[in-house]
Amino acid sequence: MITLSLQSLVPAIAEIWLVVAVCLILLADSFAGARRRSLTPTLTLLALAVGAALTVRYGFTGAHVTLFDGMYVSDRLAVVLKLAGFLIVAVVLLYSRGYLERRGILRGEYYVLALTALLGIFVLISAGNLLTVYLGVELLALSVYAMVAFDRESGVAAESAMKYFVLGAIASGTLLYGMSLLYGLTGTLDLGLLAQRLETAGPGVILALAFVVAAVAFKLGAVPFHMWLPDVYEGAPTSVTLFIGTVPKIAYFALAFRLLAEGLAGTTAQWTQMLAPLAVLTLVVGNCVAIVQSNLKRMLAYSTIANVGFILLGFVAGTPAGYAAALYYVLVYVLTSLGSFGVILLAGSRGFEADRMDDYRGLSRRDPLLAGAMMMLMFSTAGVPPFVGFWAKLRIFQVLWETHHLWLVLIAAATSVVGAYYTLRVIKLMYFDEPVEAPAGEPAPGVRLVLGVNAALVLALGLIPGPLLDLCARLIH
Amino acid sequence: MISLAHLLTLSAILFAVAVAGIFLNRKNVILLLMCVELVLLAANFNFIAFARYLGDLQGQVFVFFILTVAAAEAAIGLAILVVLFRERRSINVEDLDTLKG
Repeated sequence: MITLSLQSLVPAIAEIWLVVAVCLILLADSFAGARRRSLTPTLTLLALAVGAALTVRYGFTGAHVTLFDGMYVSDRLAVVLKLAGFLIVAVVLLYSRGYLERRGILRGEYYVLALTALLGIFVLISAGNLLTVYLGVELLALSVYAMVAFDRESGVAAESAMKYFVLGAIASGTLLYGMSLLYGLTGTLDLGLLAQRLETAGPGVILALAFVVAAVAFKLGAVPFHMWLPDVYEGAPTSVTLFIGTVPKIAYFALAFRLLAEGLAGTTAQWTQMLAPLAVLTLVVGNCVAIVQSNLKRMLAYSTIANVGFILLGFVAGTPAGYAAALYYVLVYVLTSLGSFGVILLAGSRGFEADRMDDYRGLSRRDPLLAGAMMMLMFSTAGVPPFVGFWAKLRIFQVLWETHHLWLVLIAAATSVVGAYYTLRVIKLMYFDEPVEAPAGEPAPGVRLVLGVNAALVLALGLIPGPLLDLCARLIH
Repeated sequence: MISLAHLLTLSAILFAVAVAGIFLNRKNVILLLMCVELVLLAANFNFIAFARYLGDLQGQVFVFFILTVAAAEAAIGLAILVVLFRERRSINVEDLDTLKG
């Protein structure tokens, strides 16, 4: 018997508030019409701030609270990831505002879709059942497909949206097929019960795991399921690329953690064996193909793929320390790519996308602030100390070393060196090449301040890595 | 008598046909959308077969959710297709080659 009182719904306050906010903003936007363009962005930022405040005040009710008959789980990890989600989406929307305006696609639906995507992410973060996992994945994916195709005048965006949609739908189908097999094998959809009942690995379990691992790898963008990622990053409007490149990564970390690390804990030995070759392939292909790219968005897409390889390596370790390292890596990666795509958004102007590598030649003389921020972010991506990217990589190496995956450490280190080449090349273009004729970037002093803080944070967290590392270790135990 | 094995074989065949359809089809984007639906159908079939076999309702409830999500998914897919057609005047898979991926 499920008893449902208003009081028992309190742990889900973030989701409930988001649903309310989505409805209100959609209404407000349709009544405000085209005249008051700035209403929806302001309301959305307000809604995110209120949501974060409510989550801080009421969201945390206990170390492990379940709702709706175990469908929904609220724990420390969920609360912290949701707060991170609120913050990141707010920064994403701040960066995108000017870009949307000059491309003429500043419409209310964009903000509503960002919020529904965030709702999907929250459902996924708090999933305690295969059904909630599926619904979270789909809510996020469907919102993002629509965001990619948002610029209706752009054929490239529509093409990349179509590719993303078809491949994403196959991945969802694969995930479902794997889930159906897991259900047949255990007779339960609950992730907690699944972990208890699934201890021996017969051929049926291996088959189910293969489907689930393939779907998770697709969603994260691991090789050989990465085909969609570069096309979508390049084809989508840059503000959407910024969105896709940041918050969903947290969601897919949560997907891998809830589904593989928690739900399939009994078969860790099997799925880590499947993930290890994927991680190696991802590191090699991502880093090597990134070198030959001439489009900065596409290069960052391959850089994302390479970073996904590191996240997977955290899971390959198969220990709580490994998952904590993966969590740390995801947070650091999101912070860094938030800044990198923010620079692309701010460097552009009307009719100038600033997405080719050549557009960045001599940027340090045209726009010292953007060049400085980009330099710090690229150093962090390359893993140069004292920037935070260095600690993220080091932590992954440590857990792999502790779990005796020596050869993985060697491959990851070697591919990191390759990766350093293409990130340092961006710095070389900006600082040592002759400036090219290009329109000046967006002035927006407020947004530039946020970007400056973002870049400074990459350095500050690198100088004092302790607190965030401790937090990640405490969230996963 | 139809056993669980028969049902699972059928759903495996459906899944294989759908995936093969997606990767072999070089003509029409609408066919891709149909194949996507077929993948979901295969998963549905599995869920119902297992729910019947286990005497458990959860699997059948899951199918209702999948059907609803599949409808939303088809709506978004067709909407993207309309945008694409307006820009390209074609829904041929081979014309989707501006981005090299």
